[in-house]
Amino acid sequence: MTKVLDIPKVNAKNMTEKEFFYGHKACAGCGGSIAVRLALKVLGERTYSALPAGCMSAVGFIYPQMAFNSNAIITTFPGSASMAAGIAAGAKALGQKDFKTVVFAGDGGTADIGFQALSGMIDRNDDVLYICYDNEAYMNTGIQKSGLTPYGTKTTTTPAGQNIPGTVTHKKNLFEIIAAHDIAYAATASIGYPQDFINKVNKAKHVKGASFIHVYASCPTGWGTPTETSVEIAKDAVDCGLIFLAEYEDGEYKLNRNPKEFKSVEEYLKKQGRFKHMSDADIQCVIENRDKKWERMRKNWL
Amino acid sequence: MKSNKIFISGDEAVAQGVKLSRPHVVAAYPITPQTITVERLSEMVEAGEMVAEYMHVESEHSAISATMGASAVGARTFTASSSQGLLYMAEGLHYCSGGRWPVVMMNANRSVALPWSIYGDQRDSLSLLDSGWIQVYVEDAQEALDMIIQAYKIAEHKDVLTPMMVNLDGFILTHTYELVEIPEQEMVDEFLPPFETPNKMSFENPKNLGFSSRPDDNTEFKYQQNEAMFNAIDVIHKTDEDFAAMFGRKYHGMVEEYMCEDAEVVLVALGSVCGTVRVVVDKLRAEGKKVGLLKIRYMRPFPVQEVKDLARRVKAMGVIDKDISFGYEGTVYTNVNSAISQIDKYVYKSNFVGGLGGRDITKAEIEDMYNKLYAGLENKSEETVEFFSLNVEGND
Repeated sequence: MTKVLDIPKVNAKNMTEKEFFYGHKACAGCGGSIAVRLALKVLGERTYSALPAGCMSAVGFIYPQMAFNSNAIITTFPGSASMAAGIAAGAKALGQKDFKTVVFAGDGGTADIGFQALSGMIDRNDDVLYICYDNEAYMNTGIQKSGLTPYGTKTTTTPAGQNIPGTVTHKKNLFEIIAAHDIAYAATASIGYPQDFINKVNKAKHVKGASFIHVYASCPTGWGTPTETSVEIAKDAVDCGLIFLAEYEDGEYKLNRNPKEFKSVEEYLKKQGRFKHMSDADIQCVIENRDKKWERMRKNWL
Repeated sequence: MKSNKIFISGDEAVAQGVKLSRPHVVAAYPITPQTITVERLSEMVEAGEMVAEYMHVESEHSAISATMGASAVGARTFTASSSQGLLYMAEGLHYCSGGRWPVVMMNANRSVALPWSIYGDQRDSLSLLDSGWIQVYVEDAQEALDMIIQAYKIAEHKDVLTPMMVNLDGFILTHTYELVEIPEQEMVDEFLPPFETPNKMSFENPKNLGFSSRPDDNTEFKYQQNEAMFNAIDVIHKTDEDFAAMFGRKYHGMVEEYMCEDAEVVLVALGSVCGTVRVVVDKLRAEGKKVGLLKIRYMRPFPVQEVKDLARRVKAMGVIDKDISFGYEGTVYTNVNSAISQIDKYVYKSNFVGGLGGRDITKAEIEDMYNKLYAGLENKSEETVEFFSLNVEGND
């Protein structure tokens, strides 16, 4: 792997003016489209993007209006990792060099239906960067629960009522599940911390083989938040400790951000329509789960 | 011509055909009775006899997704499957033909669960006739090898750009050893030039592929796809002729007629059972009966003209189906019957369903079918659909 020090830094000042994801019809304040836009600016022109069924493919590929200015393809829903792996293998076999193949898949497309193909891709160490933009539910079909929907969330398939308080399961530990494959590079990120995300994409770009980034991406439509607070809320999620920024590299976990004090979980939750119904006991459950996770991370990843 | 015959199974013949076709990417998941093909291909890659990316995909769904991805950047690709695996690919089969990616696949025809059966019938591929793939059914290992090479030439033709499935009967063909002529690599290279397509992503000319279409455009895309399938008919005939000119083996394109010139009663069949039918035809011909065989090679595109031409010349046609569309009849019969209905003439027809889950179809059973066709013709019976040699009482 290229040494981190040798990789030229990318930031807002020196980043390309070129847009590679432009003119799409995503909702105002869409966090997923911010993640795709930034990542493609870092990855550059010599990129093949593969996107399964989901928001980003639905808003970007309506013939004849194509929103990707570089090569891009919609994949089968369960097969984004394998189609991307095929692209990488085909391009390699044709003698192409200095290019990157990237997947942009949502939380359902990654942690649920696309997981088998993703696991296979990492197992084979295919030369693909897989980016999961996590907006915590199947948003494209109208806000249904996925394996990454957090505890308490009200979705259209986990309605909150007298009998069931919304989603009763916690998010899968996706990052650790990916790391357990002993992948060369994996990271978590948030569009609320864009420079950190850019740095991680830049690092993954230089990995030869499979790499993975799990980026937290807000969804005003599905979350019941004002469109202008998308970046702020994605930052709040990190600051209150429900989302963490970490890396897995050379077999080691690294916690990138270890706040002395967390911001209020309750405030973060109460800003969002999807959590408004939660009782004090439900919020307490979320906090306890957070604390347990941080205790483990601080013990093992620092 | 220098002869280079080796004693190999159908699966191995397919692997030889694939090697000679020089695919860039092979992605396949093992399933009985296809497995030997992918084992041989792996060995060829290991030995350096074949320069290809061999992808150990974790499922058939990924096998078809990966080959589509590779095809979308202009690579030549191969995959292979069977039965449950083919059905697991079903989404990808439609996706691949809609994307106009000329992936070539070998399908080892095998029954479909439940009940589980690893043995042969043709329910797997026939249930996917509408997935937009060119489907050819072969009769022996030599034809399997030759059709893999032809498949690339047909599928990659600029007027076709449609994926192609080469079907061979599980065990009867996949695991039976025959003397097979291996073509010279230089001749295959001349016959099958490298894959060129405008329908690909590249850095010189970036594209967005696999897109969505609105109701305004969708029908037009499907119309073009259907036209491409019809275009394949001429390409199939031309490819067969070119192949015969270069390699000396001719398969007669869409169908092969056997002893049909003056035939009154013919059986229609696909795949390996045609070999047994030929033997029965020879026997009955020796007895003075004017019988023949129509071997359907391509189920898609369907040989409508050929079936009509034959129907105009004969009095009775029976169709052997190693499949059943539950609640109706055999799928091959439905297709043949539809073509016959386009001519203005009475032909006595009958559908013989059997050979399911690997049961042998015997010469005696085939002879019985010809006899039933003669009897039905004489009695001017209504057409019949029967499960032949059934061990249980039917519902009367």
